[in-house]
Amino acid sequence: MILPRRDFLKSCGALIVSFSSGPLSLLPPQAPGPFGTHPSHIDPEKLDSWLAVGDDGVITAYTGKCDFGQGIFTVQSQLVAEELCVRIARVKLIQCDTSICPDQGTTSGSQSTPTNFNSENLALAAATAREALLNLAAKKLGESVEHLTVADGIITGTMGRHVKYEELIGKKHFELPLNVKAKRKSVADWTVLGKPIPSLDRIALMTGQFEFVHNVRVPGMLHGRVVRPPEMGATLAHVDEQSVRNIQGLVKVVVRKDFVGVVAETQYQATLAARQLAVQWNPGPELPPPKDFFDHLQKLPARDALGVDSQDVDARLAEASSVIRARYTYPYQMHGSVGASCAVADVKPQSVTVWSATQSAYPTRSIVAKLLNMPLEKVRVIYVRGSGCYGLNGADAVSFDAAILSHAVGKPVRLQFSRQDEMMWENLGSACTIQLRAGLAQDGHIIAWDREDWVAAMGNRPGYHQPGNVITGMLLGYEPELPKPGSAKPPNGKFRNQSNTVPSYFAGCIAGTCGGDGTIRSERVLTHTVRSPFFTGPLRSPLRIQNTFANECFMDELCAHANADPVAFRLLHLQNSRVIGVVKAAAQAANWQARSSPKTGISGAGTVSGRGIACVAYEGNNGYAALVAEVEVDMETGTVRPRRFVVALDCGPISNPDGLRNQIEGGILQGMSRALVEEATWDNRRVTSVDWETYNSLYLDYDMPAVETVFVTPPDVPATGAGETAITVIPAAIGNAIFDATGARLREVPFTPQRVKAALAQSAQRGGSV
Amino acid sequence: MREKITLHVNGLKHVVEVDPETPLLFVLNDELGLRGPRFGCGMAQCGACTVIVRGQVVRSCVKQVSAVGQDEVTTLEGLGTPEKPHPIQQAFIEEGAAQCGFCLSGVILTAKAVLDEKPDASDQDIRDALGGILCRCFTHIRMLRAIRNYAEAKRT
Repeated sequence: MILPRRDFLKSCGALIVSFSSGPLSLLPPQAPGPFGTHPSHIDPEKLDSWLAVGDDGVITAYTGKCDFGQGIFTVQSQLVAEELCVRIARVKLIQCDTSICPDQGTTSGSQSTPTNFNSENLALAAATAREALLNLAAKKLGESVEHLTVADGIITGTMGRHVKYEELIGKKHFELPLNVKAKRKSVADWTVLGKPIPSLDRIALMTGQFEFVHNVRVPGMLHGRVVRPPEMGATLAHVDEQSVRNIQGLVKVVVRKDFVGVVAETQYQATLAARQLAVQWNPGPELPPPKDFFDHLQKLPARDALGVDSQDVDARLAEASSVIRARYTYPYQMHGSVGASCAVADVKPQSVTVWSATQSAYPTRSIVAKLLNMPLEKVRVIYVRGSGCYGLNGADAVSFDAAILSHAVGKPVRLQFSRQDEMMWENLGSACTIQLRAGLAQDGHIIAWDREDWVAAMGNRPGYHQPGNVITGMLLGYEPELPKPGSAKPPNGKFRNQSNTVPSYFAGCIAGTCGGDGTIRSERVLTHTVRSPFFTGPLRSPLRIQNTFANECFMDELCAHANADPVAFRLLHLQNSRVIGVVKAAAQAANWQARSSPKTGISGAGTVSGRGIACVAYEGNNGYAALVAEVEVDMETGTVRPRRFVVALDCGPISNPDGLRNQIEGGILQGMSRALVEEATWDNRRVTSVDWETYNSLYLDYDMPAVETVFVTPPDVPATGAGETAITVIPAAIGNAIFDATGARLREVPFTPQRVKAALAQSAQRGGSV
Repeated sequence: MREKITLHVNGLKHVVEVDPETPLLFVLNDELGLRGPRFGCGMAQCGACTVIVRGQVVRSCVKQVSAVGQDEVTTLEGLGTPEKPHPIQQAFIEEGAAQCGFCLSGVILTAKAVLDEKPDASDQDIRDALGGILCRCFTHIRMLRAIRNYAEAKRT
């Protein structure tokens, strides 16, 4: 059915979009909707699994994509309001409760927008519901659908007769499948989506009323703490329960294989017991020395994979007028949530409820069921927001731990991690070594580019089946996911660039079909995944930020050798119009002056300044960003001070420009912190970054640079993710700006003053350039 | 060793029965059900547990409850209500100066305390005061804008 577009525009356009926050802004609802549902009723193919219209006219929508501060609660509410032509205050969104919401896997990877805002899932459900309601109204009013208009849930016919949604369907099931032909409203007709609606949680947040998972309280609830091993690979030798005999309120010392925890009546008693409990551990293996770690990575047995291989790279490099080589390294970094993770579990003989800040409600349900040996349908995971996670922080592990503790004592248990529990056992963002070589022709074109990277990996998200991917599972005897060594098969199938290993300048040809964004046809990308001594897992822009740092800085090196302008040189090797679009937009907004880097006449003293650019097609096709960084470098101290970032972003149609700007600003500054100061450390036995004195992050006193954002929105493109695009280009843009300012090339993140000074000294030795 | 302790929090008097060495934060969260101050690190390194006592910001995760005495404790929810937010909360609402929001007690209360003490505080003074506050979502720009807006409105 085609809706009368003009009528829609008229009727929905008359809706007043409320920019003041209504009562919904206080607390995101957690209670079930108007129907009593059962997990077995949930079927993402059925409309009733996504949407219900109550007899009060409230539209309850159920989503499997949850908000942890990125704003997806507000924009999903906007989406439902938009498609159903109601005020946003009439939408009640329920997120990630396994008893009532569809299983949408994990909320991650900049996938919520592509998944729920295009032509599937929540968007399709809302469009299906609107069409179904119009059909019901047509029947009731005796008019054809084309003659009906809708405003705030009231459908009106030509004779002025009208009917409300709740009179048509209120409290009844639709009993319809999602209609793949249901038409979404076009961007031009949007009145709620696309608007800078204030996030619905802000009043509750600012006034201290917001319920985090840390605030969940259940009657009869006890408090837990875990006692982790002192080092990776340590196994439990002995627990002396007598050592905590004197602690009042202690309920139980819980031991299961290598898992140790305590449960007490109060938090304080639990912390005392955890601190005082005498535990002996068998030592784990010695760790590889941090000093030579990036060389070490290159020597380990590896699982190899080719992203692209034109098989002529060596031959073409032999013909090149010059060949440039470089090696880049990127350290382990931490999610480092401000709040140490927390969860509440209530394990009863016949049912389990876990209040969890996991990004993966359904997978967490599966793992909890497995760990407790409970049937899946008896376990309910209710998402409650935690501290911002930026990927796989401690939220999954703490949920499993809480379930183990509650199971052991038969009462609800709230488990709060200590700062050290959180940081020492994180699934870190992977460390990488990236080695590149490329050949330039006489005319300055790149004729061939070869790239190899070594990625450290152990564990990951637990998914539905692998508890051993995080610390809890390992302590309980489950194995983590590890790379199985093996040689690479020739690339086949469609070109993919999920982890941005392939630079944007590659043609990306596989069996004659080219899917890359650039023009370089002599190309090879070989990835070696090796075993990490520490847990690893997705951290905002996982591997994309590491790979883009190397690719975009090396591109800058080639450009300097060709004595070309970094913007023009990029454009010369690009063919994807969307990457080109953001590069041009960023350069224009930053008032980029065409010239080569480094700047001429660099002074060896005082403070110097420079500019650098970097760009990316995130995951190949999930958003496009180019960013110009302007930095100052103190030549004596080696301190880098970013002063201005200008970013151009293309993520297709924008659901909420204010929310998007917030994400971009946060991503860029987080990326700056990662580029300048963040690095997880270890000694020969253990991770030594265990708190905010041993892991650096920029605090609120840092003199932040200006951030300017330009949106590029081509017509008729789908919506992509946007939370990880801008952060991806930051380290490279800063590194390129440092080079422009000083002539020194930083090939190792973070750009600490010591490293900058070392690079300056090296550059001075070579005569100040390149 | 539980003891009865009287606390004055957000204008109300409470009597709690806890171990006197219990961190103030646990008492605020678990005994009084307050949500504003939050456990971030337990070591006074991040500011998520911040409260105001006698006009000064205090890290409630390392302050023993018995050491509070008769002093009035103000938490984030003690500043204003959702219906009537305090002007600094209103400034944060208007700027949308939060992402996950976990750190807000430290940010808002520290900024309020420094501006109460020094109404003409410069940007540098404000930033210096926020030196021990961590926001890992990096909402710094909006937060500082909100604080500046509040400071300017307060002066006029």
